Amino acid sequence: MRSLGLIIRRELACYVHTPLGVIVGACVLLADGLLFNAFALGSGRRFSSEVLEDFFYFSSGTTVIAALFLAMRLLAEERQRGTISLLFSSPVNEWQIVLGKFFSAQLFLSLLTLATLYMPALIFVNGRVSLGHIAAGYLGLLLLGAAALAMGTFASAVARTQAAAAILASALLVTFLIFWLLSRIVDPPLRDVLSYLALWDKHFPPFMRGVVSARGAAYYLSVTFFFLLASVRVLESRRWR
Amino acid sequence: MIAGTGLTKLYGSKPAVQALDFEIARGEIVGLLGLNGAGKTTVLRILGCQLLPTSGRATVEGRDVVSESVEVRRRIGYLPEDAPLYDEMRVVAFLRFAAGLRGLSGKEADRRIESTLDLLDLREVRGQVIGTLSHGFRQRVGIGQAIVHEPPVVILDEPFTGLDPVQISEMRTTVSNLRGRHTVVLSSHNLPEVSLICDRFLLMDEGSLAAQGTEEELARQLGRGLTVTLELRGQAGAVRSFLESRPEVHSVEVAGGEDGIQKVDLRLLENGREDLARALVEAGFGLLEMSPHRHELDAIFLGLTRGEKGSR
Repeated sequence: MRSLGLIIRRELACYVHTPLGVIVGACVLLADGLLFNAFALGSGRRFSSEVLEDFFYFSSGTTVIAALFLAMRLLAEERQRGTISLLFSSPVNEWQIVLGKFFSAQLFLSLLTLATLYMPALIFVNGRVSLGHIAAGYLGLLLLGAAALAMGTFASAVARTQAAAAILASALLVTFLIFWLLSRIVDPPLRDVLSYLALWDKHFPPFMRGVVSARGAAYYLSVTFFFLLASVRVLESRRWR
Repeated sequence: MIAGTGLTKLYGSKPAVQALDFEIARGEIVGLLGLNGAGKTTVLRILGCQLLPTSGRATVEGRDVVSESVEVRRRIGYLPEDAPLYDEMRVVAFLRFAAGLRGLSGKEADRRIESTLDLLDLREVRGQVIGTLSHGFRQRVGIGQAIVHEPPVVILDEPFTGLDPVQISEMRTTVSNLRGRHTVVLSSHNLPEVSLICDRFLLMDEGSLAAQGTEEELARQLGRGLTVTLELRGQAGAVRSFLESRPEVHSVEVAGGEDGIQKVDLRLLENGREDLARALVEAGFGLLEMSPHRHELDAIFLGLTRGEKGSR
């Protein structure tokens, strides 16, 4: 557990000491702010809950993209810089390495996501929304972010460079996003499978509307666990090459 | 302490290391020598738990590097050819991270970090960001991460690469300072430096062990004997004829002399130094200095590798 904590601390410090954290943070907050103003608030009269729903809709996109940028470097950068040999020559197992990397990125992404709280708070100036709706929406964002981060971590474990990791992670994310589209052109039971596997279509909208979906939460946690497990297996095989 | 038995590594069907047998005793500093592609790094990566051997077995302190990998990793410090450094970290923070990964914390970690900074002469850069350090300091920090947990075995892959002459000299001191605390296995192309540091050598050629032993043992295998330089008082002609008459002397070359002091390069029997010194003194020559050549390893290395190729 100590090694896990050490890796998390080192990674979090890395977000502070390198431009990556600042750049990703600034871009996400700027994009969220602009989208909130331009589309969620809009120019006409709207229900507060609709504004909040739109805010979570747009935030889900920025969260997934931020997760991709945070995850692409996690393991590929270690391999590119040769620092992976420090981890591999230490008595640290692959689960500790992968979880340390993942949790640090998840913590940073969570802080970034929670830094947008002022936007839902602005709704209270001219309207009212339930705190439960806000909490459910943020829970959805964190779960969706975790799943996207896990996919990115897997891509980073497979790829030799950060650029390749970004491309692979993007391909994975797009594939999981468009499963809903594919589900409409195939017959059951594949339709049901693809529909369930789609990253956003069935699972995120309930959170967006303020409903904590157990089915959605289970899906996001399963995807996260699956891709972290796959990352560990890839790292185990890479250790000895 | 460290042993390899039939150690083989294939990349596809191409052998990088084949059927290597070796033993390294506790406390030894052993140099792994060979041309590019000889298999040195492969052996060190296997010992450093970075690479799976195709067949054979390697052990560190009796523990198998594959089946008891975690136990082995507790007992080694590994510096690959490119030091594994996080450029954005400060030196002390990095050493603390490396110590933590090896299970050290609190005062014990602080004590070992301080002693590593002293041993490697890193005090002046302790608070500096690693990315701003010179190559020499980076190499030393790289060694620091390998020894901060005081492992019994330290594995250094090409620690002299990219260093200027001053840094090479400093690195030699650094590695020499590890003597007595660690068993050290290092690979290098820098034969003169390695010959000054190492107790023993493993000479690799195309994945096999071409020879092993001390510099003198290797010279003997090649039938070269020992090369020494003498400084003695006497007439050049008398010195030459006396030396040429000695049974332990193979060849004599009087390099010159001033004020009756002659400088002579000799090739003689491996264990002939003591007899020759006694004979010189008894014959009335003033023996001022007798020093073995330190750059002999170059010639031995070339002789053995060329000899191997010639015999194929």
